[in-house]
Amino acid sequence: MPAFEYAPAPESRELANLKPSYRPFIDGEFTDGGGEPLKTVNPATEEVLAEVGTASEADVDTAVKAARNAFEKTWGPMPGSERAKYLFRIARLVQERSRELAVLETLDNGKPIRESRDSDLPLVAAHFFYHAGWADKLDYAGFGPDPKPLGVAGQIIPWNFPLLMLAWKIAPALATGNTVVLKPAETTPLTALVFGEICQQAGLPPGVVNILPGAGDVGARLVGHPGVDKIAFTGSTEVGKLIQRQVAGTPKRLTLELGGKAANVVFDDAPLDQAVEGIVNGIFFNQGHVCCAGSRLLAQESVVDELLDKLRYRISTLRLGDPLDKNTDIGAINSAEQLTKIRELADSGEAEGAQRWTSPCPVPDRGFFFAPTVFSGVHQSMRIAREEIFGPVLSVLTFRTPDEAVAKANNTPYGLSAGIWSEKGSRILWTANRLRAGVVWANTFNRFDPAAPFGGYQESGFGREGGRTGLEGYLDV
Amino acid sequence: MSDRVTVAKTYKLFIGGKFPRSESGRVYPVNDSKGRFLANAAHASRKDVRDAVVTARKAFGEWSGATAYNRGQVLYRVAEVLEGRRDQFAAEVGAAEGLSGRKAESVVDAAIDRWVWYAGWTDKVASVLGAANPVAGPYFSFTVPEPTGVVGILAPQKSSLLGLVSVLAPALATGCTAVVVSSAERPLPAITLSEVLATSDLPGGVANILTGRAAELGPWLASHGDVNALDPTGADVATRAELAREAAGTVKRVLAVPAEEPDWTQRPDIARLRRYLEAKTVWHPMGV
Repeated sequence: MPAFEYAPAPESRELANLKPSYRPFIDGEFTDGGGEPLKTVNPATEEVLAEVGTASEADVDTAVKAARNAFEKTWGPMPGSERAKYLFRIARLVQERSRELAVLETLDNGKPIRESRDSDLPLVAAHFFYHAGWADKLDYAGFGPDPKPLGVAGQIIPWNFPLLMLAWKIAPALATGNTVVLKPAETTPLTALVFGEICQQAGLPPGVVNILPGAGDVGARLVGHPGVDKIAFTGSTEVGKLIQRQVAGTPKRLTLELGGKAANVVFDDAPLDQAVEGIVNGIFFNQGHVCCAGSRLLAQESVVDELLDKLRYRISTLRLGDPLDKNTDIGAINSAEQLTKIRELADSGEAEGAQRWTSPCPVPDRGFFFAPTVFSGVHQSMRIAREEIFGPVLSVLTFRTPDEAVAKANNTPYGLSAGIWSEKGSRILWTANRLRAGVVWANTFNRFDPAAPFGGYQESGFGREGGRTGLEGYLDV
Repeated sequence: MSDRVTVAKTYKLFIGGKFPRSESGRVYPVNDSKGRFLANAAHASRKDVRDAVVTARKAFGEWSGATAYNRGQVLYRVAEVLEGRRDQFAAEVGAAEGLSGRKAESVVDAAIDRWVWYAGWTDKVASVLGAANPVAGPYFSFTVPEPTGVVGILAPQKSSLLGLVSVLAPALATGCTAVVVSSAERPLPAITLSEVLATSDLPGGVANILTGRAAELGPWLASHGDVNALDPTGADVATRAELAREAAGTVKRVLAVPAEEPDWTQRPDIARLRRYLEAKTVWHPMGV
């Protein structure tokens, strides 16, 4: 344990410019939504942060109409070089307001300020910069000359990276000439609505971006709306299947970024200290609320004991608590509901016979928190090895041969991401080649970049976000 | 000149490189474009679909793991054997589609050329669709296209050979393996293509061709957990919606296809190759 305690180093919550109420952003204006208002809660303290207006069925209609109108009259006919300038403006405005947005994100989501400040916000800006440049270069994207946009894109995003997922959805849609109606998650709507202000500041034509807060019913209306040409969804595999079923038989295009159960494969020649850092980053980044989290550790039998000793020591040094504290490593679980789900799955691990180890770190009395937990002696049939937990819970399995590692890593219906730890380049490439996953991190984990396509195989969804490949989901090709 | 009786052929399925009868024992009559009886074709069943998927899954490792150069050689060999049977195909396509001799020949030529075109793509698609990603950090990041897996194909109903080649060849060129349901009314060129595939170095199970009804067999392909992608071209529009709903149970890739069967003589693009490929992004730190 560390010899000295850290003094509190809280970031100022005043920076968030938190307002008592927020409203939907439709056709360039903030308007009262006709739906039942919701209260958004700070998961670290359980205090109500703000009241948020939600969209009614009529609001969905209005927003889709506004988006259609903008697609036909302003955004669609606009030359790509002009669209690009709006996206560059948005990118700059995000950078200028990044401290405010980072604090607001942390208040609403519960993620550590260190992550929203150093990871989320820089990536949000990067996504707008990257895609801005594509807007007038689509002829060179490899889909033939002059590829056309699809029209109005309905986009539904999750609560784990509220602003980053917004950027992943909106930036490529606008760059390719589509207009959007986006529904942020019910528990994290605030930064999306501030993004509406940024659209206003950038002078974006009304209707190009519309933001409709609300719960699943708003999402379902958007998915079923006949005026929507494309649905892009990031979230659970369960909801993704419902959406795919709902869209079936319509001309709507669909991309899905769904769940995962990534394996982090550690070979016996891996640099163990680096691997430990990668495993910690892989599963405890954003409290494990990451679809590509490395939630299954596959360790070669000969090193598993040494690796687990190092891992438990390292995890016990992680600081859990106030997300606004700059020294916090692990923040709050986003909602009471999610906390219940994590507890239930962790209990099933114990009930099914895995050995549970929980970090002895202090846990605040208020707020939704779950101490980092590691299960060893996990078998492939256990729920904690098969189901996505979406929390700071790591399951440890072992293997003897590289073939066995690959077979176990691939033994889920998911296929989003994977990690490989080894000093031997040829072994890394051999393994990377065989893993059925859309992203493979070797000797690193959880790296993201707008230039690098991200997305899954099998039940982790279809379509990619980022890179040249990511443009395809918004083009009629 | 004699009153020689022709040797009538009994047509069978093509599964795992072999020619079994349908497990169901069912057959159905095939007529030419003028309604004259040509032969009975095997009427594949749900069990035949499952057998074909199992063999396609088994073949996937070898076929997708082969070098792109090798896959190109094998697919080009298919075109060579096709060329050798040009006259037979012209006769069958002519009878099935009601085309005159010259027209039928030109359709067969287009089908052979189409196969050659896709054969040449095997070792190029990665360099066209892959990328070295210029990420903002000390990492080597690259993206490679990989085959999606087992593809279920409902072949076009009208174009019995050129249409079939246009949907099957791109799936095989990507490294996927396929289970194909042929045109129901015009299955004979597909069966003859099976004989070509069986004698062309293509490993058994890489391509499996079933004769039968798309509406009956399609749902089993769409709901099968070991099928990764579905091409509903040969299904009617009403059936397609049902297939897409079935496919959602396993988050299957369902190809967006036009409502009407396209003009297959048009020059193809790489859209069908793209749709059978997954993009895999690999990251590694750089440093000394």
